[in-house]
Amino acid sequence: MAGGATSGGNAVTDTYKEARNWLLLPAWVTLSFLVLAPVLLMLVYSFLTKEFRGGVIWEFSLAAYDQFFFDRGLFGDDPAQIEWTYIAIFWRSIWQAGAATLLSLAIGFPTAYFIATRPEKQRVIWVFLITIPYWVNLLIRTVSMRFLLRDEGPLNSFFMATGLVDGPVHMINTNFAVQVGLFYSYLPFMVLPIYAAVERYNFTLSEAAADLYANKWITLRHIVLPAVKPGVIAGCILVFVPSLGSFLAPDLLGGAKNFMIGSLIEEQFKGNAGNWPFGAAASMILLTMVLIILVIYARAQARSDKEAG
Amino acid sequence: MATRSYDIKSYTGFLQITLLCLFVLYAPLIVVAVYSLNASDSIAVWEGFSLRWYADVFTGAESAKFKVAARNSFIIAIIAATVATTIATLAATAMVRGGKFRLRAWSFGLISLPLMVPEIVTAVATLIFFNSIGFERGLLTILLAHIAFCIPFAYLPISARMQGIEDTYEQAAQDLYATKRQAFTKILLPLMLPGIISGYLLAFIISLDDFIITNFVKGAGVETLPTAIFGAVKQGIKPNIMAISTMLLGFSILMVLISYLVSRTDKKS
Repeated sequence: MAGGATSGGNAVTDTYKEARNWLLLPAWVTLSFLVLAPVLLMLVYSFLTKEFRGGVIWEFSLAAYDQFFFDRGLFGDDPAQIEWTYIAIFWRSIWQAGAATLLSLAIGFPTAYFIATRPEKQRVIWVFLITIPYWVNLLIRTVSMRFLLRDEGPLNSFFMATGLVDGPVHMINTNFAVQVGLFYSYLPFMVLPIYAAVERYNFTLSEAAADLYANKWITLRHIVLPAVKPGVIAGCILVFVPSLGSFLAPDLLGGAKNFMIGSLIEEQFKGNAGNWPFGAAASMILLTMVLIILVIYARAQARSDKEAG
Repeated sequence: MATRSYDIKSYTGFLQITLLCLFVLYAPLIVVAVYSLNASDSIAVWEGFSLRWYADVFTGAESAKFKVAARNSFIIAIIAATVATTIATLAATAMVRGGKFRLRAWSFGLISLPLMVPEIVTAVATLIFFNSIGFERGLLTILLAHIAFCIPFAYLPISARMQGIEDTYEQAAQDLYATKRQAFTKILLPLMLPGIISGYLLAFIISLDDFIITNFVKGAGVETLPTAIFGAVKQGIKPNIMAISTMLLGFSILMVLISYLVSRTDKKS
């Protein structure tokens, strides 16, 4: 708990009780007007009619969602069939984000475990080294990755100089490049929660397992992993969710063929060709997916907290 | 405790994976920094060490464009971080010191909203909002959007810091006839300062580095450094872009380092 801060009932708490609404007012106003209201307005926009030069006409319409899910032929009078184009883009996004999450887990778990088992003074430095890249401009990091993975890039020059390959390995503008980009963008989010969980793990449990003749890998699989599971799940969500709606990695590393949700949305608001209600609808669908993941997570978290006591 | 012939904590290969992890995180940044020092006109070949591309950023053909973009970026980041930090400090005071109250969970949800909503969705929503109220897109729309989504980044270190400060100091001050205002400004605020500085710097970097929201709410012809860099990269990565990227990169790392040192020196004392 927060020391004596939330104990209440003294002069200090009383002071802030009187003032707390005023203290919170600027935050309420700013965030309600600039985040909450816009999101609600976006929901409204997704049910409006498109204006051809961008923007909307204030007339109720289900056209945006209809366009997303159904194909009614060129003139809109054929019998409705499922429209796969956009579902496929969402599916690809889920797949790409999932692959990036698994890749991050494979590298992030051992890293987090290793850092958490260092002496305390060293841990701070390791954690700091992992966090720095997060604070570096994501755009620049993605551009760096693009530079690195090019056909004529340093990685290919290295491969060819060592004689590993004869010609350049084509990496840029592939699904693989997008996965690597996402993995690289959000890796620190995987390491930090797992690190926090392993740091709290009671290593006498591992000792007990070893005394009972469990080998180290069995101990890791059956003792350590269940104990740090909440950290692993938190890490996976923190990588998966931003990957799902990312724009920079698919745009700069994936090229036109590896379209993801972010690019689909962006396209609707760019220039004059866009369809605002459709973009709003796609954003709503993305937001709904993210909120469902977060709600499931929060419920599971609450349940495991209850079980733990 | 039984002595074992091996360390039950350590696993073979984990050190190597950790080093691989750091390599993946840093290699692209180092490569860009190294190539920004390339003397060649082309990014594909290395022709020796030179600072010419750094000079080019300041005096070359595109320097005027970069100067305007950099000025926009820094003005917006300074104002957005200042306003967001002020709002976050007040909010954190109410949330940590205000006891239990009905709107507490709701307020926390609202403050963390920009972290939960995918950035591209926030960007779309903000664009729609400004458009529907007829607010002309430009520097001001960028600034307002940045203020809102910088609040949680400033809030988290500030509230974390404040949770570690017992309210006994303020109680003592009030017992000694300090007014409520004095207890806040003379006692709590100075104690919170490391958290506030750390929050300010993080909000500053978040604003300075933002691309997605800025790209949506900026008007035509208005550029910040990230949108200018993105536009240039779309034409192909040129050496001057690597130089300007390296500078921005170094600046961000410097800010994080300061933020880290501020919160660290304080823990020792």
